[in-house]
Amino acid sequence: MYRYDEFDAQIVKERVDQFRSQVERRLSGDILEDEFKPLRLQNGVYLQLHAYMLRVAIPYGQLNAARMRKLAKIARDYDRGYGHMTTRQNIQYNWVALKDIPDVLEELAEVEMHAIQTSGNCIRNVTSDHFAGATQDEIMDPRPWCEIIRQWSTFHPEFAFLPRKFKIAVTAAEHDRAAIRVHDIGLHMRERDGVVGFEVHVGGGQGRTPIIAAMVNEFVPESEILDYLEAIMRVYNRFGRRDNKYKARIKILVTETGPEEFTRLVEAEYAAQQASEKIGLPQAEIDRINAYFAPPAFEDKSATSDAFERAKTADPAFANWAKINLHPHKVPGYTSVTTSLKPIGGLAGDATDAQMMVMAHLAERYGFDDIRVTHAQNVVLPHIALDDLYEVYRELAAAGLATANESLITDMIVCPGLDYCNLANARSIPVGQEIQKVFSDPAYEQDIGRLHINISGCINACGHHHVGHIGILGVDRKGEEYYQISLGGRADEKAAVGQIIGKALRHEEVPGAVKTIVDTYRDLRTSTDEKFIDAVERLGVEPFQEAIYAS
Amino acid sequence: MPLIKDGTEIEDTWTFIEDDAELPSSGCVSLPLAKLTENADALLARNQQIGVRLSPDDDPHDLTPYLDRIALIEIDFPKYVDGRGYSHAQLLRRRLGYTGELRAVGHVLRDQILYMNRSGFDAYQTTRANLANVVQALKEYSAFYQPAADGQTSVFSRRHRQV
Repeated sequence: MYRYDEFDAQIVKERVDQFRSQVERRLSGDILEDEFKPLRLQNGVYLQLHAYMLRVAIPYGQLNAARMRKLAKIARDYDRGYGHMTTRQNIQYNWVALKDIPDVLEELAEVEMHAIQTSGNCIRNVTSDHFAGATQDEIMDPRPWCEIIRQWSTFHPEFAFLPRKFKIAVTAAEHDRAAIRVHDIGLHMRERDGVVGFEVHVGGGQGRTPIIAAMVNEFVPESEILDYLEAIMRVYNRFGRRDNKYKARIKILVTETGPEEFTRLVEAEYAAQQASEKIGLPQAEIDRINAYFAPPAFEDKSATSDAFERAKTADPAFANWAKINLHPHKVPGYTSVTTSLKPIGGLAGDATDAQMMVMAHLAERYGFDDIRVTHAQNVVLPHIALDDLYEVYRELAAAGLATANESLITDMIVCPGLDYCNLANARSIPVGQEIQKVFSDPAYEQDIGRLHINISGCINACGHHHVGHIGILGVDRKGEEYYQISLGGRADEKAAVGQIIGKALRHEEVPGAVKTIVDTYRDLRTSTDEKFIDAVERLGVEPFQEAIYAS
Repeated sequence: MPLIKDGTEIEDTWTFIEDDAELPSSGCVSLPLAKLTENADALLARNQQIGVRLSPDDDPHDLTPYLDRIALIEIDFPKYVDGRGYSHAQLLRRRLGYTGELRAVGHVLRDQILYMNRSGFDAYQTTRANLANVVQALKEYSAFYQPAADGQTSVFSRRHRQV
C-alpha cells in the first residue's frame, strides 16, 4: 500500500488547516453560504436532508487496519456508530456536525487519509478493481497508476472548477470490475512490446443520460498518460457545456461533438503541448510508487489446504459461504474474501464501528494488513490463506459479516434514496430490503446465480440502475413512489445500458415483478450454466415484459 | 476597486472600455477581445499601452498576433464557478509565452486566488478579498503535486532532485 512521504503528509496537513480556516470564516459569516458551497464540497461536505454529510476518500478503495480503526473511531465519536460504503469506494458519515469536521480531518490525517475532492466539480476519487494486486486475471497491478493519478489530480489548479464532476477508473484485468466504460475517463492498462500503456475511454456515464464511453486512443504509453489526461481535461474544461447542469458532463460534449471530432480536439491539444508544459514525471517516481505495491510476503503453499477441506466438511454453512464469497488468488493457497455488507434486511453498504474493528483485526492478523472497499459497497480482504479461512469466517459470522451472497441477487447496489438524500424522488432502501426477503432462501438464491440488481431513488443514478442486470429507478408520480424496471444493463467489459421494460410499477408491486422476471429466466435458461444476463442478451426483454404485463 | 499585484495593493492605471463605448484619446485602455481584433491597426498605432479583457467564451489563441504589443490581459470570471479562465491563463503563460500582467477580474474570491496564482495570474481585482487575505491565501500550501504556470517544481520532481 502507498505510504505518505513528507510531501504528502505536508499537503494533507495544510489542507486541514485551510479547511479549518474556511469553516471558521463560514461560521463567522465572512464567507457566504453560496461561496462556501464549492469549498465544502471539494472537501466532501454535503448538506443532506437531516444534517451535513462527510464523504471521506478511500483512494482506489484501499485501507489497512489502522485506517479502518480510525474510520470506526470517527463513526463512534462523531457519528451514530456507523459509516456507509459508497459506489466510489469511499465512506460516508451521515451525521457529522460541521463544527467537528476540521477535527475529523485532523484525525484522518493521522492515518494518511483525507476528504479532498470527494465532491464538487473537480476530479474525484480514482477507482479501480477491488481485487487489484490479488486477482489471477490482471496483467499487472493498476494501483500504482491510480496513486499517480490521485496525486496529479489533487489540487490541480486548472481543473478545480470544471463544468461538472469528473470520475476516472482504472483496470488491468480483462474482466472489468471497475466499470470503466461508464466513467468520464476509463483507463484499461495494456502492455505492448514490453511497454506499459493505457487504452483510453472517454465520455461514459450514468445519470439522466446513460452513455457507454467512446475509445479515443488504443494505446497511450505510461510515460505520456498524464500529459494525455491533461489534454482531455483541458478540452473538457474549455468546451464542456456550462449552460445546463444536466448537460455538463463530458459524455454530453463527446456525444454532441461526435467521438471522432472530440478525439481530434484532444489529439490537437496534446500535439500542441510544448516540452515546458509536460508533467515530466520522472521514471524514478514511477518506480518509487510501484515499489509500494510490491506483493506481500506470501508463503509457499500448496494450492489446496487440508484445514480448509476439513472445515468445509464439518461446517456446511462455511462450505456454502466459501463457494460464493471467494475470488481466485494469483498465489496458490490464498484467496480473496468478500465480506458482505448486504445482510438480508440490512442497509446496503453500512458497517458499524464494531464491524469495522473486526475487519481491521482480521486484515492485520490474517490478511497482510490489506482491506478494499468495493464499488458494489462490500469490503474485501484480498489476501487470506486458505489455511486461515475458517477462523476468518467464524469471526466474520460472529460480527454479522458472513452473508453468503457476493454477486447474487440479494447483493444489491442501493443508493440512500429518500430516507437520506434531498435529491431523491423515492425510497430505495425499503425496496431493496423487500426484494431481499423474496430471495432470502439461500437455495433459491443460489439456483438463480450471478445477478446484479441496482436501485436508484432518482434519475441521478447513484445506485447505478442503468447498468444493473435488473435496474430499478424510483420516480415520483403526483406524490406517489413508482419504480421503473430495466433489464440487460451491465458495467463490465461488455458494458450496456439496460432497457426499460414497461410502465412504472407501484412500490408494493416491485418485489413480485422481480420474482416474475427471475422465475421467467429460470424457466427459459438453457441450463443453470446460462447466467441471467446472458439469457437476457439471448432472449431480449420481450418474454420478461410479457410475464409481467400480460397478466 | 482594490487591485492586488505582487503582494501589494496598487493603483489601477487602466480603464476598461465597454464594447459600445468610445475610446478615450489618451490613457491606458483595456478592451473586449472583439473590439481589439476589429480595430487592431488603429489601436496598435496609438502611442499607448493596450490591454484586453477575455471572457470565458473567448479563445486566447486569437491574441497570438498581438501578444508582444499587449501589456495587460484581464480574464473575466463572471461567476467564480466558471473555471474556463484557468485554462485561458495556462495557455497564455505556458503555450503562447505571454509575460505581461495577467489580471483576474469579476467574481474573484479569496479561496480561489491560490489556484489563479498557480495558473499564471499575477494581479487580482476584487472586492471580496483584501490584501491580507490574498497574502495569506498564497501561503496556504508549500508543495504542489503538478507543475503549473507559477514555475513551482512539482512534488513528482522534488522527490528526485539531486542535492
